[in-house]
Amino acid sequence: MQVVSGVLCPFCGCCCDDLEVIVENNTIVDVRNACALGASKFMEYATHRNTKPLIRKNGELVETTLDEAIKQCAKILAEASYPLLYGWSNTSCEAIKVGLELAEEVGGVIDNTSTVCHGPSILAIQEVGIPGCTLGQIRHRADLIIYWGSNPWSAHPRHLERYTALSEGRFQRAAWKRYLSRLILESARKRRYRAAGRVLKGGAAALPPTEEERRMLPPPEERKLVIIDVQKTRSADLADIFIKVEPGGDYDVLQALRALIRDEELDVDRVAGVPIEELEELADLMVNCRFGIIFFGLGLTMSVGKSRNVEAAIKLTRDLNMYTKFLIMPMRGHFNVTGANIVFTWQTGYPYAVDFSHGYPRYNPGETSAIDILSRGDADAALIVASDPVSSFPRRAVENLVKMPLVVIDPCMTPTALMADVVIPSAFVGIEAEGTAYRMDHVPLPLKKIAEPPKGVLPDAEILQRILHEVREIKGVS
Amino acid sequence: MEFILITGRTIDQGKFKEHAKITEKYMESVAVCEMHIDDMMKIGVRDGDNIKVITKDGSVVVKVKRSKRIKTPGVVFIPFGPWVNSILPSETEGTGMPQLKGFKVRIEPTSEPVPDIKELLLKTYGSKK
Repeated sequence: MQVVSGVLCPFCGCCCDDLEVIVENNTIVDVRNACALGASKFMEYATHRNTKPLIRKNGELVETTLDEAIKQCAKILAEASYPLLYGWSNTSCEAIKVGLELAEEVGGVIDNTSTVCHGPSILAIQEVGIPGCTLGQIRHRADLIIYWGSNPWSAHPRHLERYTALSEGRFQRAAWKRYLSRLILESARKRRYRAAGRVLKGGAAALPPTEEERRMLPPPEERKLVIIDVQKTRSADLADIFIKVEPGGDYDVLQALRALIRDEELDVDRVAGVPIEELEELADLMVNCRFGIIFFGLGLTMSVGKSRNVEAAIKLTRDLNMYTKFLIMPMRGHFNVTGANIVFTWQTGYPYAVDFSHGYPRYNPGETSAIDILSRGDADAALIVASDPVSSFPRRAVENLVKMPLVVIDPCMTPTALMADVVIPSAFVGIEAEGTAYRMDHVPLPLKKIAEPPKGVLPDAEILQRILHEVREIKGVS
Repeated sequence: MEFILITGRTIDQGKFKEHAKITEKYMESVAVCEMHIDDMMKIGVRDGDNIKVITKDGSVVVKVKRSKRIKTPGVVFIPFGPWVNSILPSETEGTGMPQLKGFKVRIEPTSEPVPDIKELLLKTYGSKK
């Protein structure tokens, strides 16, 4: 039995690097320190694994050799006039680098999954910049932590514990005790309400809230957690303040806060369903904190307003820096989506949606982004690496994607692989292959190899190198 | 009846997608629509019944689940996954990003079964030649 320590979790953008994985005879038997999502990946990765290259013949996917699958993939890409190369956020920076070279060679469009997560955030950052930092700074110094349109409890379960409210910083105490007391208080309240419902006429509504229930804000010197969302998520249960915004109302609330921190009066009772008193209270907290941070999620980027929501959030952060120190950071989803943006930018000058069809890199999200290309039916072949667009893209885009010659490189049989013409199994990056990933705060971290892949299964980078070699052979380029 | 649909992540959706998306557990975690109890009563469905969620781009059958989190009637939630994505609009308004949260859907009770992943792909996108 071997204990591998300091393992980086290849699930979400938190990139927790304190995991301990116990390996016995090349099988992972246990994992420590991981959240439910990370543990699920390490413990289940081998269960429904695809280990054989597949090719579609007479409508059925049948086994083939790796050489044949690679040759077929290279033929599809080399013969296409406008191929789309999509995915990249669940693989290593080393594989992404080869993917970019391949996209240039075939004159295609290469796009990563940020196109359907934080693409609008990138557009906003390109408009107004971003005051950023590392997560270490937040852990040690932030005394006001705001999650806006983000539910870390479900999507980044260890974010609170490792980097924000529940972490023990050098200058900030963890808020565990306070949250546990609140939990006890909440369960007592529920018991009291149930009893009141049985006894009082009018039920629980007849029982007025206690002062403790009404406001449970910690003393000014302690760090505070604020959640702003359209529904009361599990993360909101932990919050000192929860603000519920009407769906699609984030932009209004952000602009109202910008006005309030400048001491302007708003002549309304509510903004997007939020009472003005709650916003005034939040504006006071923001202005009076010593070090604040807004973590924003897909609640801003996927709702009406999209990049304009993020732009307003960044401008609010900029305004707050007139009074105190305030920062803002997107909550990145896949473990190496930040790495995909970084490697794309090194190689081409642009972070996603890069079009090589003119012989040089062009970037115009809305035109050169995957959803738009597919919805218009422009692409005539697709290579999907470490992603599952059939599950994550909207209908019309998928309808066109599955009509064209489709190659998938993935360790699992995803819905996209089920609709593919060529399927090449790859090693799990961060479990069966090493490499580099970037955490959501742009810190590069090494991914470890802790188990051998099945016989004949190669890492993404090596598969892509072989495809690139074949494409060059077909095109007569040495 | 019309509702505002929010899509998003859940811990089960994240956990079971790592068990492979062709498993029943994954389907049970994402082919569900969480609704406020008042809304369920209005359209006449109970926890675990099947409903049809309809947009201009298509329709999909999922199970209904009473939500303890949604406090406002009129808002429903479906986790990210191929079921909800098969009815989402593709327009990006020049941003590259479709609007995946906060759009209008119509919901009605149905006796049709919830399709498994292979049936869903076949029904929505046809078979690959």
